[in-house]
Amino acid sequence: MQLRVENLHVSYDQIRALHGVSFSIDAGEIVCIIGANGAGKSTTLRAISRLVPADKGAGLRFEGHDLLAFAPDKVVSVLGISHVPEGRRLFGNLSVLENLQLATFARRDPQGIKRDMERVFSIFPRLLERRTQYAATLSGGEQQMLAVGRAYMTGHRMMLLDEPSMGLAPLMMLSMFEALKEINRDGTTILLVEQNARLALKFAQRGYVIENGRIVLEGSSEALLNDPEVKKAYLGG
Amino acid sequence: MAFFMQNVINALQWGSFYALIALGYSMVYSILMLFNFTHGDIFMTGAYIGLGVATALLALVAALGWSLPGWLLLVATIIISMFITSLLGVLVERVGYRPLRSAPRASAAITGLMIGIILEYGNLALLGTQRLSFPELIQTTTYSVGSVYFTNKKIFIVVVALLLMVGLHQFIQKSRWGMAMRAMSYDFPIVPLMGVSLNLIAPLTFAIGSALAAAGGILYGMAYPVLDPFMGILLGWKSFVAAILGGRGSILGAALAGFLLGFIEIFTTMVFPSTFRDLIAYSIILLILTFRPYGFFGQAHSTQLRL
Repeated sequence: MQLRVENLHVSYDQIRALHGVSFSIDAGEIVCIIGANGAGKSTTLRAISRLVPADKGAGLRFEGHDLLAFAPDKVVSVLGISHVPEGRRLFGNLSVLENLQLATFARRDPQGIKRDMERVFSIFPRLLERRTQYAATLSGGEQQMLAVGRAYMTGHRMMLLDEPSMGLAPLMMLSMFEALKEINRDGTTILLVEQNARLALKFAQRGYVIENGRIVLEGSSEALLNDPEVKKAYLGG
Repeated sequence: MAFFMQNVINALQWGSFYALIALGYSMVYSILMLFNFTHGDIFMTGAYIGLGVATALLALVAALGWSLPGWLLLVATIIISMFITSLLGVLVERVGYRPLRSAPRASAAITGLMIGIILEYGNLALLGTQRLSFPELIQTTTYSVGSVYFTNKKIFIVVVALLLMVGLHQFIQKSRWGMAMRAMSYDFPIVPLMGVSLNLIAPLTFAIGSALAAAGGILYGMAYPVLDPFMGILLGWKSFVAAILGGRGSILGAALAGFLLGFIEIFTTMVFPSTFRDLIAYSIILLILTFRPYGFFGQAHSTQLRL
C-alpha cells in the first residue's frame, strides 16, 4: 500500500467539503476518482498535497510517512508526490524551460534532473520545440503537456492529476492519456480525478465514485463501467 | 541650459533614493500582495546601521594604524550594512507578516505600520534626541563641465543606485531564486507544488528589499549627513507612491517611477518656490494616476489569487 487515506474530513469556512473519505492505492497503480462537479474530487487531491488542512482525526499515510507532518513543498520535494492542479496553473510569465526548471528547485541530483528533462522532451517533443516560449502563449494541449511535464520534473513516485482532460479536443485527450500511461509504465503511481468518467475508467485500473464528499462506490474499472448506477449517473445512460 | 543640466543631475540623485526604496515595496507586493509599510523605517534603520558600521570601521582602521582609501571603507560600509539590514527584513517578515499570511491584508498593513513606529521610537529611546551625523568617508571633490557643476558624491550615488538595480534585474531574471520570485508573482498559492517553500522565498524577498533600502539610506546619508529617526516616513511614503506609479509589483516600473518622482520634484522647484514643491509635484502624480490608475506597468489582474 503506497498511499492510504482514512477518514478524511475537510472544511472550508465551517462548511464541510469532505465527510470521511477513505481509499488506498498500491505502488504502480492507476486509480481514478470520478464524481460530479463539487463532489470533493479536487479537495481530496489538495488535502493529499497539504494545500488545504485536513480536520482532526484524518489518517494520511504515504510509504510509511504521516503526510500530515509535511509542509506542502516537502510533500513534493521529500516524498515525491507531484500534483497537476485543476486548470493547469502554469507560470505564464516564465518560459517553458523555466517552468520545468523551477520544478527542480529543491532537487539536488543534477544527473536525475537531466535524465528526467530528456524523458519529458521524449514524451512531449512539442515542449522541446516551444522551450523558449512563454507558457502563456502555448495552446491548450501544449499547456496540459507542460503541466504534466512540470509535475514529472518535481519527482515522480506518485502523480496526482486534477481533470487532465479539461478543455482538450478529443484527439488531444487521447494522446494525453497515452502519455500518462507511458509515465505510469516508468513506475509512477497515478491518481486522477475526472468528470469525464468514461475516459477515466478506460484509462484506470480501479476507480472510486465520490458524491457529496463521500466515497459511495468502488471497484475495478470494468465493474464500474458496467454498474447500472454509474451508467445512469456518469456515463449518460 | 547649464541650469537645466544641473537640475538633471540633482534629479537623478534625488530619484536614486526613491527608486531604491520603491523597489522594496514593489518586490514584496509582487510576491505576497502585501504593502510592507515598515519599509520606510527600514530605510531609516539602514541609514543608522550604515552610520554605526562606518563609525566602527573608522575606529578599527585607526586602531590598527592602517591607512585605507575612503572609497574602500564606503563600499565596505554599504556591503556590511546591506547584509545586517537584510536580517532585519527577514525578522520583520518572520515576526510581523508570516503569522498573518492568510489574514486580511488590512491586518498586515496595520502590523507593518506598528513595527515602523517601534523602529522609530526604538531608535529614539536607544540613541536619544541628539542628531547623529553620517561620517564623511570620502572627501567631496567638485568637477565642472562647462558651467555645470557636480560632485564625486553625486556621481557615486547615482552609479551605485544604477548598479544595484542592474544587479537586482540580473538576479531576478537569471537565478533560480529570481525565477521562483517571478513564479510567485504570477501565481503564488501554486508555488509549493513545485517543491519551493514560500518560507524561503518570502524572507529572501524581504532581505533583498531591505538591503536595497539600506543602500539607499547610506547614499542618502552621504548627501544629507544629519540623520533623524523620522527620516523614513516622508521618503517612505513618497517611494510608496513611486511603487504605485510604476505599477503595483513592477520592478522596472518602480525604478523608473522613482527617478520620475525625483525629476518632477526637482523641476517643480525650478519654476515654483520650494514651499510649493510637494503640493505641485504630488498633484501632478495624482493627475497621472487618474488616467493610469494601475501605474505605468501595472495590470488590473496581474496576480491570480486562487487556491
